Amino acid sequence: MTGSRIDSGGLIDRAKPLGFSFDGRAYSGYSGDTLASALLANGVRVMGRSFKYHRPRGVWGAWFDDPNAIFGIRLADDEFPNCPATTTQLVDGMQARAVNAWPSAKFDIKAGLDLFHRWLGAGFYYKTFMWPGWGLFEPAIRRMAGLGHLDLNTVAGYVSDQLHDSCDFLVIGGGAAGLTAARAMAEAGQDIVLIDDHPELGGGLYRRGLAIEGETPQVWIASQHKAIRQAGGRIMTSTTGFGIFDHNLVGLAEDRGFSRAPRLHRMRASRIVMATGALDRPITFANNDRPGIMSVEAATEYLGRYGVLVGRHIALVSNNSFAGQAAAQLRAAGAEVTGCDATQGPIRALGGKHLSGVEVGGKRYGCDTILASGGLTPIVHLWRHAGGKLNWRDDLAAFVPGNPMEGMIAIGAANGTFDMDEALAEARSVVKSGGASVRGDHYSITPIWPKPGAKGRQWIDFQHDVTLKDVEQAARENFVSVEHLKRYTTLGMASDQGKTSNMAGLVAMASIQGKSIPETGTTTFRPPFVPVPLELYRGQNRGHTRNPLKRLPLEAVHRAAGAAMGEYGGWLRPGWYGEKSAEDAIRAECAMARKAAGIFDSSPLGKIEVMGPDAEAFVNFIYYNTIRTLKPGAIRYGFMLTERGIVYDDGVISRLGPQRFVISCSSSHVDGVNANLEAWRQDGNDPDRLFVHDTTANWATVTVTGPKAREIVAELGTDLDFSPDNFPHMTFRETVFLGAPARIARVSFTGDASYEISVPVASVETLWKTLIAAGGSLGAGPVGLEALSVLRAEKGYLIIGKDTDGETMPHDLGFGIPRLKKQAEYVGDRSLYSEVAQLETRRQFVGLAVPERAGPLPTGAHLVDTRDGRTVSIGIVTSSYDSPCLGKPIALALMECGQERMGEQVTVLHLGETRMAQVTSPCFLDPAGERLNA
Amino acid sequence: MQLFPCPFCGLRDEREFHFAGEVGKTRPKTSEPVSDADWNTYLNTQRNEKGAAREIWCHVTCQEYFVMERDTVSMDVLETVALRKEPS
Amino acid sequence: MRGHSGWGKAWRTSALKPTYDVIIIGGGGHGLATAYYLARNHGINRVAILEKGWLGGGNTGRNTTAIRSNYYYPESAALYDLSLRLYENLSKELNYNVMFSPRGMMVLAHSVAEMEIAARTVNAMQINGTDAELFDAEDVRKRAPILNFSREARFPIHGAIWQGRAGTGRHDAVAWGYARAADSLGVDIIQNCEVTDVITEGGCAVGVNTNLGEVRAGRIGAAVAGHSSVLAGIAGFDLPIHSYALQAFVSEPLKPVMDTVAFSPAYGTYFSQSDKGGLVFGGALDRVPSYGQRGNMPVQESVVSGLAEMAPVLAKVKLLRHWAGIVDVTPDSSPIIGPSGIDGLYLNCGWGTGGFKAIPAGGTLFAHLLATGSHHEISRPFDLDRFRSGRLIDEGAASGIAH
Repeated sequence: MTGSRIDSGGLIDRAKPLGFSFDGRAYSGYSGDTLASALLANGVRVMGRSFKYHRPRGVWGAWFDDPNAIFGIRLADDEFPNCPATTTQLVDGMQARAVNAWPSAKFDIKAGLDLFHRWLGAGFYYKTFMWPGWGLFEPAIRRMAGLGHLDLNTVAGYVSDQLHDSCDFLVIGGGAAGLTAARAMAEAGQDIVLIDDHPELGGGLYRRGLAIEGETPQVWIASQHKAIRQAGGRIMTSTTGFGIFDHNLVGLAEDRGFSRAPRLHRMRASRIVMATGALDRPITFANNDRPGIMSVEAATEYLGRYGVLVGRHIALVSNNSFAGQAAAQLRAAGAEVTGCDATQGPIRALGGKHLSGVEVGGKRYGCDTILASGGLTPIVHLWRHAGGKLNWRDDLAAFVPGNPMEGMIAIGAANGTFDMDEALAEARSVVKSGGASVRGDHYSITPIWPKPGAKGRQWIDFQHDVTLKDVEQAARENFVSVEHLKRYTTLGMASDQGKTSNMAGLVAMASIQGKSIPETGTTTFRPPFVPVPLELYRGQNRGHTRNPLKRLPLEAVHRAAGAAMGEYGGWLRPGWYGEKSAEDAIRAECAMARKAAGIFDSSPLGKIEVMGPDAEAFVNFIYYNTIRTLKPGAIRYGFMLTERGIVYDDGVISRLGPQRFVISCSSSHVDGVNANLEAWRQDGNDPDRLFVHDTTANWATVTVTGPKAREIVAELGTDLDFSPDNFPHMTFRETVFLGAPARIARVSFTGDASYEISVPVASVETLWKTLIAAGGSLGAGPVGLEALSVLRAEKGYLIIGKDTDGETMPHDLGFGIPRLKKQAEYVGDRSLYSEVAQLETRRQFVGLAVPERAGPLPTGAHLVDTRDGRTVSIGIVTSSYDSPCLGKPIALALMECGQERMGEQVTVLHLGETRMAQVTSPCFLDPAGERLNA
Repeated sequence: MQLFPCPFCGLRDEREFHFAGEVGKTRPKTSEPVSDADWNTYLNTQRNEKGAAREIWCHVTCQEYFVMERDTVSMDVLETVALRKEPS
Repeated sequence: MRGHSGWGKAWRTSALKPTYDVIIIGGGGHGLATAYYLARNHGINRVAILEKGWLGGGNTGRNTTAIRSNYYYPESAALYDLSLRLYENLSKELNYNVMFSPRGMMVLAHSVAEMEIAARTVNAMQINGTDAELFDAEDVRKRAPILNFSREARFPIHGAIWQGRAGTGRHDAVAWGYARAADSLGVDIIQNCEVTDVITEGGCAVGVNTNLGEVRAGRIGAAVAGHSSVLAGIAGFDLPIHSYALQAFVSEPLKPVMDTVAFSPAYGTYFSQSDKGGLVFGGALDRVPSYGQRGNMPVQESVVSGLAEMAPVLAKVKLLRHWAGIVDVTPDSSPIIGPSGIDGLYLNCGWGTGGFKAIPAGGTLFAHLLATGSHHEISRPFDLDRFRSGRLIDEGAASGIAH
């Protein structure tokens, strides 16, 4: 037993014992413990195995700087992979297991891998496993790699909250500097938020153990806390600033306890005060990865925060002036501490799984625990996220925040101000001067850097098993840029993202190359500062709230009528009605619509009004077809093109008056068409003479189509004369329904006479019920989108985006006249004369006929030819149905030179099988338009 | 998440905005002959400035288009100006 | 047995000479591969690669390592399938394990309509001579049981486009392998060498100025995707390119949970699992044109939530790191290979989000262009002149899937 709990001290609650297990053995700890502190208190040293060599490892750090103790944890029904033991708060009943070790961290059957380390050094993958092929080795290597095992159950209720917030000053870090700065600014009337990632404020004060401004740490912290609150400051603990993004947005992850998803705060801060402290860095020496070697800072942290003494016989190997205080604290807690000057020559840990001593400069010291400190490294990650530069300070042997940044300052240890009094002065000055810092010299360090060629295995990245020899090898192979070093050796790519290893790695490379450290540089600091669950970013970005559907006003009515609702162009719409199979229902609806009438909900159709003195010229410019000549009361079909001449949308344009048009675009394109209209409106037009207003959501529309349509709409009780002479196809009428305005348009998407009746949303249920009642007695009824799709295909009416693709131009669709005749400018006009637009081999819109009993062609099949002995695609089947009305399958297609090849046979290829089809007109029904105009 | 100042609505989340193109893309007069090269320049060519760039943006929620000058490296917004002229 | 002490320098540290036959600007995958193929296929080894930072430090080292040729148009299929074929043998060719892992890739279809488009694409791929299968939901489940197969999912899985030969590779190793091989054939690799000017004489590009001095060459090739417009600006012309940040993400390492690559256009996210165990994933471009090599939260939220929607069990997995690269986006999202318009200066750019998978082909074709002054038939359709003729190769418009 090497670590133990002392009788008093720390922030743990000794009145609240908690039970847990590790690698199958039961232990107990206290409320306030982390898993690591509780295990240390129980004398457990070996808490993990390294990634590659499965070397036994203990904890190096006490918080987010530990790369070694990574656990899979089960609590009740839920299991979480890759939990750092040092940052996981102990919960009663936790069952923890070291990842990457079996049966336990202590006795791992893969430990033998370490014997092969000479052949598994940096970059060994790149030089081996090529013969006979990587595929032979990869599966086994994948199983060896990876840390935690992912339990395949989702965690019930694991949903993050996501909040937006803002403040004048965000103080990151609740240590002495952060508390002081936050208090000073709050008392100066600023809106401040102070965050700290621990459950308790205080930062390094507990491990420091000394009085501050004449108070014990606990008393001093409590009084700062109270003062900040009283001044209106906000304080958030267990909250990590994990990233800084553009425009001073700080991502905060608030821990809500184990097995709950953290809460995301998107904090917009006018200024950010970085008071994130500093980390003790490892010393690179032989066998420096043994369990029982940890940072000086970690040892005092375990003591001050958790009441755990990490060893009895401690060798404290350090190169800086803070060691003395740490030694005094550990002695006061009952340890025997030998101070060793790390600068006095080569260092080597002695012993195996159990340390027996340390050798420094040839002298041996017996111990059960080695505490090492290679100096302090300011935690500058967030500074770099925000785009700040770093300066190297020789006196501190560390990178510190460099250039002043607008919107962000660094104070305290994060700024290299390691002396307490100076850090407090610096923190107080924030409120006045904006952070002019006072530099002191109370911290002193004699840098010791890895020595190339040194003996023994000297670990640099503990988790990834990168040693000094690996760095030397990378240098030998010319992987000398720090980024190459990182990528070649995987140094700094472990789950601590180099918090313990990057400095040692880069100084090793610097000294190997004889370069200065600033010349060698650092790798990029990337978010997140600590790993955060994917759920943090998700919150309500899930299911239908992530990708909402548009809903019909009549949805409940459709459901009551037995509609099978489905997604069509972003809308939830009836696919078909009734209890029958989809196929039977669709056939029945098609037959009914052609025989009597079909009634369908077409509310999603666009209703965008274009108004004003310049409206006519504008609509004429927007549409490919000439609109200028459209008379009030009349309707015209038209294509909206992109500037590349590609058909973007088709729709019908109704002219309500000399200066007023309604554009009825396709359901899925309303937002796009509206945006397109606005873009052109504001591009060179006088916005006071032209207005675009999307009224789609104000109106609901029901369409009646079929031979009995007129009889049905006559029942609406309007004042209109529906006779074809007085109300012909492609005209509309304004009328009144239920005392509210209504608009009835004779346009057809089926080839039969159709009436589209638009009313205010409030009237649509009555409208629907009236039409259904009137239709019922005539053999008509509701039809869904699937039947409608068949009906329109029978007539050869196309659906943009289904029957066209991103190359289709209007003249490919049989609409060539405006291209040849329209004088006025229109969107896309010039592109219709590009080289590609004039190709003779363009794909044109055609129909395909197949024998009656052959069954429909598969949509998505290609039309193919053989050229130079190769099969080439000459087109695609875009729509295909078994037409109940025609009693045979029909299909629509885009086909090279389709217009010239009418009547020819073409080969249709689908998933390796071919069939023949005959090229026809896309219009299979009533080509003369008698039904349409009836 | 960046903040852009809409000249009409003030500072808003970047998700409310749509990038509409670079400033200075004047549509050639297509009622007169336009060369392939000129049409290509209009349709496709970009200055794609690294650093200060002048662009047209749309604030989708109010539908107004405006000119924004910003730094494409630092993401600092330098200026926004409404496209709409003052009412005469 | 010497462990690995017998391996020498992967590449020499060369000094810049005053003249070369060919200068390649940009030491990413495409530049390095171009140099290698110039030497190997065309016997031209008086070649310098000028890299302003470190080799492979641009998008070669920032991508999500997917390699595939599941393209709709024959022009694209020819390009990317050439690349895939070269990848299949690349480790042996370079004697460097690039860990090409043909674990297959699926593009999910989430509705009947998407299945029809998937069929259209599978048929096109088969006609193009690329391997392709149309998967139903059960086929998808066999390959990727971790996905969300609930009928209640916002986008239920109906099936997928499957390309079995597709997979992943170790991105850095591709750069290093080409660098090592090019170096051994005599190519000079010059890192930390930034081009500041293109020297023209009589309208012809004859060399470049750099921070290390002037250097001249018969032909100059630029392979600087992400900063192509900046280089064009130096040379005095504009390109049909916008620069955007593309973000990528990696989770903490897990034991194997995903054996293939899956992309859901509807959720806007794709992912695979690296050999090391991290889930590697990404999605759409950031919305704001950018040269800043960092990403913003809106796309992080949409990509990460998309992944958690695709495979809800991953919600508790932790994100380890995310980063961004700057990509060239062309009007049709297809690359540009060809003459720049200035004699002597040639372009390899516009790779959008998918340049990594094209490295071997991009290098082969660009080397052909630089060696002969004329297009290989596979690169011809990707010439800049397509923007004048309108002969765009717009995969997204054909299939509704952005490539």
